[in-house]
Amino acid sequence: MAKLDLNRVPMPKQEPEARAGNFDEVAFGYTESDASAEASRCIQCKKRNCTEGCPVGVDIPEFIAALNDGKMAEAVRVLKGKNALPGVCGRVCPQETQCEEVCTLAKKDAPIAIGRLERYVADWELKNKSVGDQEIPVQSGRKVAVVGSGPAGLTVAAELAHRGHKVTLFEALHVAGGVLMYGIPEFRMPKHVVQAEVDYVKSLGVELKLDSVIGKMSTLNELQEEGFEAIFLGTGAGLPMFLGIPGENLNGIYSANEFLTRVNLMKAYLFPEYDTPIKVGKRIVVIGGGNVAMDAARCALRLGFDEVTIVYRRSRAEMPARMEEAENAEEEGVVFKLLTNPVRFVGNDQGWVTGMECVQMELGEPDESGRRRPFEKKGSEFIIDVDTVVVALGTTPNPLVPTTTEGLATTRKGTVVADEATGQTTKPGVWAGGDVVTGAATVISAMGAGTRAAASMDAYLKSL
Amino acid sequence: MYRIVTREDLTPAIHLFEVDAPEVARKAQAGQFIVVRVDETGERIPLTIADWDRDKGTVTVVAMEVGKTTRKLATVKQGESIANFAGPLGVPTHIDRYGTVVCVAGGFAIATIVPIARAMKEAGNRVISIMGFRTKDLVFWEDRLRGVSDELIVVTDDGSYGRHGVVTAPLKEMLDDEGRVNRVIAIGPTVMMKFCSLTTQPFRVDTIVSLNPIMVDGTGMCGVCRVSIGGETKFTCVDGPDFDAHLVDWDELMTRQRTYLDEEKVATEHWEHSCGRR
Repeated sequence: MAKLDLNRVPMPKQEPEARAGNFDEVAFGYTESDASAEASRCIQCKKRNCTEGCPVGVDIPEFIAALNDGKMAEAVRVLKGKNALPGVCGRVCPQETQCEEVCTLAKKDAPIAIGRLERYVADWELKNKSVGDQEIPVQSGRKVAVVGSGPAGLTVAAELAHRGHKVTLFEALHVAGGVLMYGIPEFRMPKHVVQAEVDYVKSLGVELKLDSVIGKMSTLNELQEEGFEAIFLGTGAGLPMFLGIPGENLNGIYSANEFLTRVNLMKAYLFPEYDTPIKVGKRIVVIGGGNVAMDAARCALRLGFDEVTIVYRRSRAEMPARMEEAENAEEEGVVFKLLTNPVRFVGNDQGWVTGMECVQMELGEPDESGRRRPFEKKGSEFIIDVDTVVVALGTTPNPLVPTTTEGLATTRKGTVVADEATGQTTKPGVWAGGDVVTGAATVISAMGAGTRAAASMDAYLKSL
Repeated sequence: MYRIVTREDLTPAIHLFEVDAPEVARKAQAGQFIVVRVDETGERIPLTIADWDRDKGTVTVVAMEVGKTTRKLATVKQGESIANFAGPLGVPTHIDRYGTVVCVAGGFAIATIVPIARAMKEAGNRVISIMGFRTKDLVFWEDRLRGVSDELIVVTDDGSYGRHGVVTAPLKEMLDDEGRVNRVIAIGPTVMMKFCSLTTQPFRVDTIVSLNPIMVDGTGMCGVCRVSIGGETKFTCVDGPDFDAHLVDWDELMTRQRTYLDEEKVATEHWEHSCGRR
């Protein structure tokens, strides 16, 4: 056997200074030689830890082998067999805690860069369109409604279309993709990549209906009366949480959802070519330590704010953001004020925010999340001067569908109750998955839930 | 794309659009709104529902030219299409048999109040309507509102038509006649709604207003439309747009509505310089 190559091929990317001033994608992606060098490191283990570590079970060694043999179309076929959104996953999956974490070479601290290879194959497909026209399988005659076209909904739609069911995909907004379109910024998740993957799902025979606010335009019961025999609810966690502290409704204070929606979905960074505005000030604080906070902070830099600060109440170790994203943000010039918690906002007589009073925190014993619980240091209050604040504390499920659907059980947190293995809800004929069930989580965990629900829905439809 | 079946210019700057949208028409109710996007570079704006025809599958909205988007919308001709038309959104106006209901509307909000007055009348209420305009040239839908009201009072700020003055004067006279009014619905510019609220408050008459803060998605996702209602934060798009007028923090609402004044100017100028001249 050849000697193990422990040198991961690095990902070429824009220099921090340059990229902080543009919305172009940060990472360029592998070149052909990068990709073949990295693919050749795969030792094709018999036991497929990586596939088991993938929430949608991509046949990782197979696609890498095809790539290594130069059979690109075959690599695409293998990848898309289990994952309708490889261009998305290759970019935003936390591979370091999934497939790459369990890669045999991870023991030597040099796992195969599976995510980068996945992106390379997806981007190759985007350019070369080897998949072409999809063979639409024999129609089962069963009608399925998928509500929400984010990662979970797109996965269910693709899986069930593959199995011959007639799928209608309902989306409330004016474009499909959910959080991939409104939440994750262009420089991390180019919108043409999302659009191409949505187009692929449509090419499988899925009918996409935009501007369709289910719960308002039609209820789930009405969809059932219209003949949808199985319904998947993938409406995500779209409701922003606020701090509930004084002054939060001052002008200049955004939820992360609003800030990111204006920038990403509505393209406010291209104002006034695009009509939706965003206020670009000088000093902005983003409150929170997750990926969404990193995205908002990095957008702010690119919009032209002079000082961008992330305020987080715990320490770096507890920050839920991917390490790579926090590093990217820091390289670009985002300042981290850790162990800091806002207590109130201060405004001027015009109603605009001018300051944020904070208190310093200390860490105590671990709480139920396993992270050390922060508590306030008495008398440590201080004021940060700001003109803009983004609250990135997380989101909860949008209640539009649950509150208009009888028989659909929800938890105290507003999430829909669904069986973890099958996605079945308490309402017959209705499945759910993704953030609407788990609360805000990752793209790939939503896709995993979609894959499991699709299998259960398919079995149900076949039993009818 | 959604086709404009009928376009009518109610005044030089107020336009009616009857839009082909059968799935929206099927569920539309008085007091709800639509999120409209004119074209691919457009912003999302809320417009209240003025009418609907379930058989024909159309929904009617009325828009007044104020900024870039409404001026762009005003260039769309009958037979042409707009990019997006999502709804019906928001909670419908609560309709019940209250007794005597006074419907007050200012400016282009006449379009919003007509279906509400109609529903109130159908529910068996005695409906008295007050419609206010700046001047005679801006008056529209007088017949329509008269048709669904037991009594109609028209006022203009400059006295060029109907009574001289603002809507709160006849409203106060009715309230002075104790016990006569059971409920007030007031819809129009925020400052008008605020003064209607201040007028009815001492009389403790239930007063409902339809708030019009800035919105983006209109489905509860962004929170820009948050308002303080009795000290509690509510999202106008999903919790409203109707709220108890006496609980609204009016000054906060008006401050928040001014957030993008500078940008609106830039957008309008940009549009005028590029393609917007008519």
